[in-house]
This record gives sequence, structure tokens and C-alpha cells, in this order.
Amino acid sequence: MIVNPALLDALLVVLALTLLPAAWRGATGPTEADRAIGADHAFFVFVAVVALLALRTDRYEILDVVVVATLVGFLSAVTLARYISRSRR
Amino acid sequence: MNAAVLVQSLVGHTALVLGVGLFVIAAIGLLRFGDAYSRLAATTKSGTLGVCLVLLGVLVLEPTWAHAVILLVAIALQLVTAPVGGFALGRAAFRSDAPMPAGTAYDELHEHVERERRSTEDGESRVPAGEQE
Repeated sequence: MIVNPALLDALLVVLALTLLPAAWRGATGPTEADRAIGADHAFFVFVAVVALLALRTDRYEILDVVVVATLVGFLSAVTLARYISRSRR
Repeated sequence: MNAAVLVQSLVGHTALVLGVGLFVIAAIGLLRFGDAYSRLAATTKSGTLGVCLVLLGVLVLEPTWAHAVILLVAIALQLVTAPVGGFALGRAAFRSDAPMPAGTAYDELHEHVERERRSTEDGESRVPAGEQE
């Protein structure tokens, strides 16, 4: 077995901890753009967490989720951008 | 464990650690930077490369053709879409008058946006005026 489970667990914990600044920025961001940026970062972390979980649990079906999440993340970023700039485009 | 497997394991885990390290850098930037544009730069740049490195690490540690197709498609999509999403967010932040960094000396785009905004408002107000005549 060439995968080190302990290292993967540690990386997953670190990724979970990087969600805290994103949540803080989303709750207290001075502008609406800051809240959207926090959401964007949370989505990147989600994609990485799914990939690491597939490796950790040996269930490679959920790698499909990574592809879908990439597209949904792009759509969410563009939608949030439209929302922030309101009708001004 | 022969040498090839050892190198494979080392490269894969290094890619994973580097990718997660970039996420940590993005989180620090999200906390420490003083304006929306710098935070956006930190998040988008290290988020894009971090996701790509993590996916590459998974691919190196579990190299089958099925995973290679899925992960390479995901990496290509991430490299194409994440910067575009970040650009859209930055443009929206500027259009919603997010404050510029303290040291900004020139802001020529702001005047352009203001002029464009004023001209569209004139265009909207001209229609009811014409109807009144």
C-alpha cells in the first residue's frame, strides 16, 4: 500500500481548518464581494476534500463528483458576481 | 517496496501536501489582506493551483486509465473555469464600489464606469420624457 492514511487524515483536518477563515470572511466581510470570495474558497476546498476522501476511503466513484463540482463552482462564482453587481452587470 | 513505487508514493504525497499548503496560504490571505481585490487574488490563484496539485497527487497515487480520464478532465476544467470565475467576481467587486487598497494612486477605470453608468441612466430617463411630450 503506497498511500499513507495518517498523512491523508492530517491533510483533511488542515483543509477543514482552512474553511474557518472562509466562514469568518463570509460572516463579517465588509463588502458583499468579500462574502462571495469566502464562498468561492469554500468551494475550492470542497473539491479538494472530495478528491482526498476518494483516495482515503478507496471509493473512486466519488471522483465523478469532482468533475461536476468544478462546473457547479464556476456557475456559482458567475452567479454570485451577477448578484453582487445587481442589475448594473 | 521497490524504488519505482517509493518514488511514486513520494511524488504523489508531495503533490498532495503542496496543494493543501496552497489552500492554507489562501486561507491566510483571506484573513490578513486588507481589501477585496487582494483577497480575491489569494483565493483564486492558490485555489486553482491547489486543486490541480491535489488532483494530480491523487492521479499519481492511483494511476489507472479511468481515474486519469476523470482527473485530467477535472484539472482542465478547473484551469479554464476558476480564473474566469475569479475575474467575474473581481469585476463585480469593482462595479459594486468595493474600496480600493489604501495606496492606489490612479483609478481611470472608475471614471469610465461612472460615465457608462450615467449614460445608461440618461438613456432610461429620456424615454419617459419623450412620452410626456
